[in-house]
Amino acid sequence: MKTVKVGQGSCGISAGAAKVYSALEKTNLNAKLTVTGCIGMCYLEPIVDVYDENGELTRLVRVSENDAQAIADFVNTGDASKVKKLLVCEEDSLFLKKQTRIALRGCGIINPDEIDDYVENGGYTALKKALTEMTPESVIEEIKIAGLAGRGGAGFPTWFKWNAARASEGEEKYLICNADEGDPGAFMDRAVIESNPHNLIEGMLIGAYAIGAKEAIVYVRAEYPLAIIRLERAIEQVKENGIVGENIFGSGFSCSFRIKAGAGAFVCGEETALIESLEGSRGMPRLKPPFPAQSGYWRKPSNINNVETFANVSWIIENGGEEFAKLGTPDSKGTKVFAITGKIKRGGLVEIPMGMKISDVIFDIGGGMKTDKNFKCVQLGGPSGGCIPADMHDTEIDYKKLSATGAIMGSGGMVVMDESTCMVGMARFFLDFTAKESCGKCTHCRIGTKRLLEILDRICKGEGREGDIELLEETCNEIKAGALCGLGQTAPNPVLTTIKYYRDEYEAHIKEKRCPAGECIDLLKYSINPEKCIGCSLCSRKCPVGAITGEIKKTFTIDNEKCIKCGQCLDACRFGAVEKR
Amino acid sequence: MSNCCSCGNNDLTLLNETLEHYASVPGSLITILQKAQGIYGYLPADVLNYISDKTGIPAAKVFGVATFYTQFRFKPVGKYLIMLCQGTACHVNGSLMLEKTIFDTLGIKDGETTADGLFTLKNVACLGCCSLSPVMMVNDETYGNLTPEKVRQILAHLREEAEKEAQE
Ligand SMILES: Cc1cc2nc3c(=O)[nH]c(=O)nc-3n(C[C@H](O)[C@H](O)[C@H](O)COP(=O)(O)O)c2cc1C
Ligand code: FES
Repeated sequence: MKTVKVGQGSCGISAGAAKVYSALEKTNLNAKLTVTGCIGMCYLEPIVDVYDENGELTRLVRVSENDAQAIADFVNTGDASKVKKLLVCEEDSLFLKKQTRIALRGCGIINPDEIDDYVENGGYTALKKALTEMTPESVIEEIKIAGLAGRGGAGFPTWFKWNAARASEGEEKYLICNADEGDPGAFMDRAVIESNPHNLIEGMLIGAYAIGAKEAIVYVRAEYPLAIIRLERAIEQVKENGIVGENIFGSGFSCSFRIKAGAGAFVCGEETALIESLEGSRGMPRLKPPFPAQSGYWRKPSNINNVETFANVSWIIENGGEEFAKLGTPDSKGTKVFAITGKIKRGGLVEIPMGMKISDVIFDIGGGMKTDKNFKCVQLGGPSGGCIPADMHDTEIDYKKLSATGAIMGSGGMVVMDESTCMVGMARFFLDFTAKESCGKCTHCRIGTKRLLEILDRICKGEGREGDIELLEETCNEIKAGALCGLGQTAPNPVLTTIKYYRDEYEAHIKEKRCPAGECIDLLKYSINPEKCIGCSLCSRKCPVGAITGEIKKTFTIDNEKCIKCGQCLDACRFGAVEKR
Repeated sequence: MSNCCSCGNNDLTLLNETLEHYASVPGSLITILQKAQGIYGYLPADVLNYISDKTGIPAAKVFGVATFYTQFRFKPVGKYLIMLCQGTACHVNGSLMLEKTIFDTLGIKDGETTADGLFTLKNVACLGCCSLSPVMMVNDETYGNLTPEKVRQILAHLREEAEKEAQE
């Protein structure tokens, strides 16, 4: 029997996948209809995958509910003529072919709601192997051989943290998964949980066994309701199947498992703030040391890892650390998942071996810009990270090499920008975010980020002063040196990297009151060139605020007092009469 | 907490089940607040005080925790809660323009509700559908690839829907 899978991650559902699913249910479809998670090609959602009896895949993309009958006919008869326009093109299928999937394996293939599907695909064999054939020490050794580093941002060796937690005194220990995914514009962890929750559970249980924890907790970001639902369902299933609880697989190892939903605070991604939040308090970071491995949740030894870190674990145990270490570079082993977004043509989830060049990710996989403008830079690591300009596109994806540019590997947010993005505006955007999210505990971060934001604000408004760039740099360095936690210590990165690579843009704003990218609204002025205007009134009809007036067949004019500089007139005019300065 | 709505006439017994379950479990304050907001739609002052009484957690801590996290609100929201994404991807693709459009159409800024109680605007960071950016969510429905034009249409449509419902 054929199988029809509808991709239902959050982005698929937003694009209408649930409606497609219900429409397919109502047809005479003669196949098994199921759901799967995120296929990764978010730009093509909703996606329907048709597998024939031999497992041969036909992928249909940008499907709408109106296509349901045509799809059913295609599945029932094999006649593809009616679904021709939905077939994924060769170019798009390259998107997946150039990837190597370890953390994302199973995503977009298995049904996240069915434990049987996971088990049939080899699920929980690694856990069984670890519990029944390996000692905790040998599990840690395998992770060490693999060279797995934390995927939450800092890239700290995972084996080292596990070893420290294992070595800590005390019977009561905790294993915590950080699924707070705070970088706005990144969704790797959400996709893993929504698409393959059992893989996370398996990795966490192996980790719990390695450090000797009796309780495993996932701290999930509040804004991820679907991830929470799917994970809760998966936890029910493992409980029913005796995979969590007492004496798992008869090994004598017992571990309970639960979820805690966050309540919306970026700083709670920082591990000690996360612990405070788990304890029901304001998410304010603790001073380190002591590290969580010594004194964490309820002051007991605790180990915290990111979702993607755990998602690699069962593969490593199954295939051996050496196999994992074969991928990547001498300094960075294995693969990394990125969420590519922004001005990119093919945006979505990408898992690539470490060592790949940035340009390969952006152009070969991502297909380059979706606009007709040139690639300008890529921002990695969100509010804690920095930008890497186009002329450094051959930088390899490797912890050390990325850090050398001033950016960081980060947790996987990769926002691509074209020439229409103002870099001062970008720095302002991130500082606005960190200033709001600063928890207020330490002065450097609380006040420093505010001061940076004020300076950036005035520069964007055309009120920048001579010496502002130096003032920014000085303040940044003070904050880096004085802040208590990673939030403050890294908050200056977006400012420092944009100054480093785009100093001329800062200078243009300050000295010439000009935004070279044409984005800073206060520095923009729209006008209509009377030579070119034919008086068709299209711009005036498009204007959302009625700022354009005139008589048909005569020149129209823009009232700059009313104009909100949305640029719709510019896009609308067919004669190039609207000018932006 | 001066901005907090302090109407003191909420049915506090609705919380009892939650409190019975969680009051004695250490570290449950956030979970209790989440459940309370699920019941009342927001966190009125009398509810917060009641939680403090029943759990023995000082009111200062209850208010302190509630105001720390962006999920919690202290005023009722409108019929339509507009969550406008201001994440990086949406920012790069023009979300600021959408915020302006909403302000021009409805006269509300982040955190405000229209006088008729229909719309509340809340800026959020990343709804997780960055490939459809710019994105907003109204109640449970997500709208992607937005333009100011589309936003105006959606708002007009929702208003019509509400007016129709009111007539019925
Ligand atoms: C402000 C801030 C936000 C963070 N946000 C996250 C996050 O969303 N997810 C995450 O896994 N780690 C985040 N981290 C890193 C964690 O503190 C911690 O290093 C990580 O969870 C450890 O897991 P790993 O070793 O597997 O990377 C954040 C750190 C800081 C300073
Ligand atoms: S940045 Fe808007 S959905 Fe992610």
